[in-house]
Amino acid sequence: MFKILKYSFFDLIRSRWSYVYLLFYLLLGCVLLFLNNDLSKAVITLMNVIIILIPLIGTIFGVMYYYNSKEFTELLLAQPIKRSSIFIGQYLGVALSLSMSLIIGLGIPFILYGLFQSNEIWDFVLLLVTGTFLTLIFTAIAFNIALYNENKIKGFSYSILFWLFMAVIYDGLFLMSLIAFQSYPLDSFSIGATLFNPIDLSRILIILKLDISALLGYTGAVFQKFFGTSFGLLVSIAALSLWVIVPLLNMYRKCRKKDF
Amino acid sequence: MCLLKNFLIGSMLFCGLQITAQTIEVCNGCPVSSLKAAIKMAQAGDTILVKRGTYKEYNIVVDKPLTIKGENFPVIDGEDQGEIIRIVSDHVTIDGLFIVNVGTSYTSDHAAIRVVRSEHFLIQHVVLEKLFFGIYIEKSNHGKIYHNTIIGDAQDEYNSGNGIQLWYSKHVVVEKNNVQKVRDGIYLEFSDNITINENTSTNNLRYGLHFMFSNDDLYTNNTFENNGAGVAVMFSKRIKMLNNTFKKNWGTAAFGLLLKEINDAEIKGNVFEENTVAINIEGSNRVVYSGNDFISNGYAIKVLGACYTNTFEKNNFLYNSFDVSYHSKINDTIFQHNYWSSYTGYDLDKDGVGDVPYRPVKLFSYIVNKTPETIILMRSLFIDIIDFSEKVSPVFTPDNLLDMTPHIKRYK
Amino acid sequence: MISIEQLHKKFGKNPVLKGIDLNISQKGIVAILGPNGSGKTTLIKSILGMVIPDKGTLLVANVPINKNWKYRDQIDYLPQIANFPANLTVKELIRMIKDVRNRPGEDKRLIKLFKLEPFLSKKLNTLSGGTKQKVNIVLTLMFDSPIIILDEPTTGLDPIALIHLKELIKEEKAKGKIILMTSHIMSFVEEMADEIVFLLEGKVYFKGNIEALKKQTEAPNFEYAIANLLIQEDV
Repeated sequence: MFKILKYSFFDLIRSRWSYVYLLFYLLLGCVLLFLNNDLSKAVITLMNVIIILIPLIGTIFGVMYYYNSKEFTELLLAQPIKRSSIFIGQYLGVALSLSMSLIIGLGIPFILYGLFQSNEIWDFVLLLVTGTFLTLIFTAIAFNIALYNENKIKGFSYSILFWLFMAVIYDGLFLMSLIAFQSYPLDSFSIGATLFNPIDLSRILIILKLDISALLGYTGAVFQKFFGTSFGLLVSIAALSLWVIVPLLNMYRKCRKKDF
Repeated sequence: MCLLKNFLIGSMLFCGLQITAQTIEVCNGCPVSSLKAAIKMAQAGDTILVKRGTYKEYNIVVDKPLTIKGENFPVIDGEDQGEIIRIVSDHVTIDGLFIVNVGTSYTSDHAAIRVVRSEHFLIQHVVLEKLFFGIYIEKSNHGKIYHNTIIGDAQDEYNSGNGIQLWYSKHVVVEKNNVQKVRDGIYLEFSDNITINENTSTNNLRYGLHFMFSNDDLYTNNTFENNGAGVAVMFSKRIKMLNNTFKKNWGTAAFGLLLKEINDAEIKGNVFEENTVAINIEGSNRVVYSGNDFISNGYAIKVLGACYTNTFEKNNFLYNSFDVSYHSKINDTIFQHNYWSSYTGYDLDKDGVGDVPYRPVKLFSYIVNKTPETIILMRSLFIDIIDFSEKVSPVFTPDNLLDMTPHIKRYK
Repeated sequence: MISIEQLHKKFGKNPVLKGIDLNISQKGIVAILGPNGSGKTTLIKSILGMVIPDKGTLLVANVPINKNWKYRDQIDYLPQIANFPANLTVKELIRMIKDVRNRPGEDKRLIKLFKLEPFLSKKLNTLSGGTKQKVNIVLTLMFDSPIIILDEPTTGLDPIALIHLKELIKEEKAKGKIILMTSHIMSFVEEMADEIVFLLEGKVYFKGNIEALKKQTEAPNFEYAIANLLIQEDV
């Protein structure tokens, strides 16, 4: 598996798109920090970018890589390697190279800016951790969708739809159910619904760390009470990890049964 | 003749007293080593000069017109026994003392300096620390509280007092004071015609400045920073609030300015920066808001209800999460000639006024008013999308809440 | 070495292999032939474990292959369409496959044979189809495994490369290997194959050497013999 991971990783970090992605984060980080000169505002803007863009990029890269390396995969399948090693190795190659672009791309400007002397370091670390989780999650799901769909166009559309669902439609349904059941206590429901969507969960985890959490008022206090404790943090990390592990297990199961 | 003689002698004596007003020195090694003794000795109009040192005294009653002046900030240590100085005479000046350790009590409001039913008092250059109440003006008029520093260490609201409190007092000037870490920085109750100018009130548990049932007051050029709420104005009429700065009053229940049952007020030229809610308005009528800057607040204007004939004009609304939030009907409130940083309209005829009206209420803030729990979706992409679509074609938000004449350029 | 019993495979509702019985034990070159869609590639992929059969047993070197992957170490496979990771160079790809198989290979000799030296540092996506196929052949034949499977090995090759390929295959045969191959070029099959396995409609329709085939179909040459097999089916 590590051999495949190694080759996928090096294959990807030499591709044009990885550089574009890395440069994008470098530029974003520099512009936000050196033009705006306000670390906590930069963190907020980055949050907006991260919770939308990372899942999208993870999804698109995941699907694209899977389909583009199909023949290569077949070449590997004829070699004495375990099937699951091939796919999980490739998946990790994509996910880790994307995560690295994120961490390096944002890390460099922040370090140059003097992050280690500032109080925002933990907000920033949280940003990177959730960003990495979102990359792992959405790349894994993209690989799953691609495994189930031989047709490139179909696989691509389903992945984008999935992203759209998680990033937009889910919140629409969430909002509608909050309005529809407003006469009931909704705290546990809200927390549950948040835990169930990695994008929402990341958004809430970051917002609660920022000043704007004060705007959340009473509801925010309820969330703070849950997510602010170490138990809440543990549950959040467990939820995010489940979002990585479940698709991976399914990938493992599916790839052993699939014909090529 | 006899009468005249008596009168002459009397007036001469009086004049003599005026002319021969004495200065009594108090110091630790002097013949007079306590403030109390000095006051006892002093004649009306005398000056008591307190030299540098520590004086462990409390319940000092100033019952004649005296000037008590500290040299190099002598310390009056109340040793937590209770009230320290009580002024019960007109024309008393307290100047340059350093008063510490006022006793905390749950039954009576011990103050460092209390003025009771006296006029023409002047309290200046006084430093208060470790206090319960700071300066407490009770049914006293025509005085001045000038350039004092009050630094408390309040932890909880129930066992802390206010920095400067005015109760049933009129025509008092409160100027250039610095109040920190008490319950309310400056508190006014039933006090009219008060002028509050150039004070700084920061880090207080509750309010930086608090009005209750007080009318015709003016406060200008003050700074309120990082308080539970900057200023609370409640049940008061004709208050003028000009050129103040409300900054960083941030927290789940924090406001820059809280208005409750306020009529005929003027709020002009103030700066509201980084407050959770810049102005929280409830039951306020005929209030004019103009020339204010609302910068980077959570909510710039949050209106809870029962407000009539309010005017918002020529304000700058810059980068607030929500510019305006309305929990009630708009009634006859007017928004006009404001500058909105999130205005995306155009000005084809170049008259400086946008050709498309601006709607300051976002759909999301409307939804949050209806169902507060939905705030949890803040900064979700879905919310941005519905806000945008509502902006393009309004369906839900009140269609009469708009600025017909949004200004294109920011007011300087 | 390879024994297949009652192998069935459906893709969706479409049955491709309908009970293949095949036993290849003697050394030599076996050509798997059949019309388009007869299941040649599916059969090869089943042997390689790339397609999971629905029913039947498949033994390679007397070991059932399901959920086993180590047996592939004994197989060299030349896939039909050579498409490689675009960002790798030829050299890197060869090194990588050697690394993956964890075995040394005689790539140097093959590279020289196919004159691939000028392309070694080029990225794979810049190569022409024929060159890619040469790289493909190098990747396959550089290892010394007892079984070789070639899927359309002649695609895109120029005449000189084709001659080299034939020599190579003969060399391997001389080493006593089992070589399975598919091809649409009948002359190539006739020249190379010791035995023909003809698949039709997902079954083994004929198995035997070329002489036997000619005799059975009463055709003058190999190409007609194959054609006759198809015509007989239509009748």
